[in-house]
Amino acid sequence: MATLSPTIPAQVPATSRGDRGNRPPIAGGGDGGRPDPGLPDYSGRLRRARLGLGIALTPILMLFVSFTSAYVVRQGLPTLDPTTNQVVHDWLPVQLPTALFLINTVVLLASSVTVEFARRQFARKVALEPLQSIPGVSLGADKDFPWLGVTIVLGIGFLTGQWLAWRELRASGFFVATGPSSSFVYLLTGTHAVHLLGGVLALLVAGSTVVLHRSLVSRRIVVDVTAWYWHFMALLWIYILALLELAH
Amino acid sequence: MVAQEFHGHAAPQGFIRKYVFSLDHKVIGMQYYFLALTAVFVGMFLSLLMRIHLIWPSASLPLIGEIKPETYLSLLTMHGTIMVFFVLTTAPQSGFGNYFLPIQIGAPDMAFPVLNMLSFWTTFVAYLVMLSAFFVVGGAPLHGWTGYAPLSALPSSGPGEGLGADLWIISIALFCIASLMGALNFITTTLDMRAKGMTLMRMPLTCWSWFITAILGLLAFGVLLSAGILLLMDRNFGTSFFVPLGTVNGQLTGHKGGSPLLWQHLFWFFGHPEVYIAILPGMGVASQVLSTFSRKPIFGYKAMVYAMLAIGLLGFMVWGHHMFMSGMSPYSAFAFSVMTMAIGVPSAIKTFNWLGTLWGGRIRLSSPMLFAIGFVSLFVSGGISGPFLAQPVLDIQLHDTYFVPAHFHLIMGVAAIFGIFAATYYWFPKMFGRMMNETLACWHFWFSFIGTYAIFMPMHYLGMAGHPRRYSQLTEVSYLKPLMPLQKFITYAAFVTIAGQLIFLWNLFSSMRSGKKATDNPWEATTLEWTTTTPPPHDNFGGHTPVVHHGPYEYGVPGAPRDYVMQNDPATVATH
Repeated sequence: MATLSPTIPAQVPATSRGDRGNRPPIAGGGDGGRPDPGLPDYSGRLRRARLGLGIALTPILMLFVSFTSAYVVRQGLPTLDPTTNQVVHDWLPVQLPTALFLINTVVLLASSVTVEFARRQFARKVALEPLQSIPGVSLGADKDFPWLGVTIVLGIGFLTGQWLAWRELRASGFFVATGPSSSFVYLLTGTHAVHLLGGVLALLVAGSTVVLHRSLVSRRIVVDVTAWYWHFMALLWIYILALLELAH
Repeated sequence: MVAQEFHGHAAPQGFIRKYVFSLDHKVIGMQYYFLALTAVFVGMFLSLLMRIHLIWPSASLPLIGEIKPETYLSLLTMHGTIMVFFVLTTAPQSGFGNYFLPIQIGAPDMAFPVLNMLSFWTTFVAYLVMLSAFFVVGGAPLHGWTGYAPLSALPSSGPGEGLGADLWIISIALFCIASLMGALNFITTTLDMRAKGMTLMRMPLTCWSWFITAILGLLAFGVLLSAGILLLMDRNFGTSFFVPLGTVNGQLTGHKGGSPLLWQHLFWFFGHPEVYIAILPGMGVASQVLSTFSRKPIFGYKAMVYAMLAIGLLGFMVWGHHMFMSGMSPYSAFAFSVMTMAIGVPSAIKTFNWLGTLWGGRIRLSSPMLFAIGFVSLFVSGGISGPFLAQPVLDIQLHDTYFVPAHFHLIMGVAAIFGIFAATYYWFPKMFGRMMNETLACWHFWFSFIGTYAIFMPMHYLGMAGHPRRYSQLTEVSYLKPLMPLQKFITYAAFVTIAGQLIFLWNLFSSMRSGKKATDNPWEATTLEWTTTTPPPHDNFGGHTPVVHHGPYEYGVPGAPRDYVMQNDPATVATH
């Protein structure tokens, strides 16, 4: 260990310091006002999960921003044809399966609505849970519409629709490597599909946590953040579709 | 109240849950640290092989044999990649950040412990995949850590560019995903888990540096991931994002005409912020240590925070300065040049504030302080050549010469490593409950400090004399022959410096076993990690959460009973 110089009361005037304080703890700073940050209660857990999701959406956004800039750059880029030694534009407009894409869009938007219903349904369930444990209180028979299940079905429906769209693309002669434009169609739709698949898996987990004996609160939090994620995916899809349809 | 009630997860009992698949941020931090420790020795060994080859090109080495030109390029690629990703990104941020961010802000763990564990194990798999590239047919890739297309995009372009290059890209992609998970955790933890009274402007500067680094990582790694996906598609699905129409190595590529420049834009949009990802945590540690061992508040706390934010922001606007020689409009080059030189302003603010902290302080030259001062020195020496390279006119001359490795090794390589050393000597007592040997630490410092200057200072002269980098053998080139003695000197210096690192290794492991027992606050520091026991309990503060009353650097407070006031000290001291 180092030999430390003896601790003496300082006479050196403090030069500059940060928020030096002899003030009492500031409520609202840090975790002020909230209960313990270690084991958050239900609302604390929900808030933290939502915050985490919001942050997680940033790199996903960056991924697509990056793809978009590559798309725009590549589209306007002339390339040198070494056989003729001339500068050529090789951007080949892709014949998009627009009709199928539109149907898929409707399916995805519908699923975005149903997932919102599922989210609210779970929020209500959690709110009513304490009441049900009171003896003599009956909330009536559960007539819950399976919004979660419907969303999963619609999500899988969208993914199947995308797969059909790729088949149609292939049928009209546009493969991944056919040209730069077709590569981007597969890239953008494929990456979006992978992300949506993640959402479907998350909803499946939320649906099956009954089996895994997870608490209602945990399920509600998973459903809540997945719903927000799902809305984001729907918006992202509309953006991708607009990019492909309008900027080709 | 029992500790477990406060903690998101109970203290694990079994060996596997406790030390292998642990959810405890402290264990995960140490796992990252030891991963980086193995990686730094692999990377250093590769650099040693390169240095040997540069002065004795026909030397036959045991196990490896004679180094062929393509082997040299493999060594260069793997040295750069392992050092940048698995050392400079891993140790200061994921290692120390994981261990100390929650403790310094008064939290019992990271916000998402399971994600944290996943993040480490993904990094670990990425590391294994990276190392496996050495052992596949063709060996490790040749394309440098920057992976420039079309060399990186065509499996036929060289011996290591087959499976080796695929493994390299997959490893980088995994690393991106792991880093994104880590960044998500760091940001959520910083925003949501601060103890009562720990306002943002009361956070230690280390926490600020980890927080800003995490934001940079969050924005940058997604872009690198996208570039990696495109590169994999070019290599394996015949797309043409980066491969131009035409011939490579005399063969028609069959590609449609992509843009190699596109790769460079995407890569450097990540690559430049990555430089700050490596160095910012070092700045945080240097600030922390300089203040503690000068027994003075950090000079200009808020200026330090805003300077780091400015460096982070500007870091995203300067990627083009890596591409002056790639073909760029002079107007864009001018813009990138001006933005790059603007980074000198917040960097200078930081440097002067460090010097201001030292000025008039009652300096204790313990081992962390030596390395923190070394950090400042290297940061200045490496930084000063930045404005040279930032000017397109000068860059045209200096590009691809040894001047560039000299610059970036000093500033992002060795300076960041000195930050890691400072952090190791500073926090070792807290992590392992024992003190490191100060005499050995002193020897280690002088070996490293003089050694790195001896290695990298002469490289500036090599560069200005026109010695190109990346070539495996230039010993027979007549205009470079007068420079050979300098090259020899650098290699000898490298031998000595690397030998000096063995002192560190010995000190580290022997102190873990038999170092002097550390007290809870051996450095008389003020931040929250020094208020808990050594080493900290599973939930960091033994069943309660601290309440913060003070800023992080209350040293030399007039009227206080001691010359420092802990952050959680409720006593009100009369200050001005």
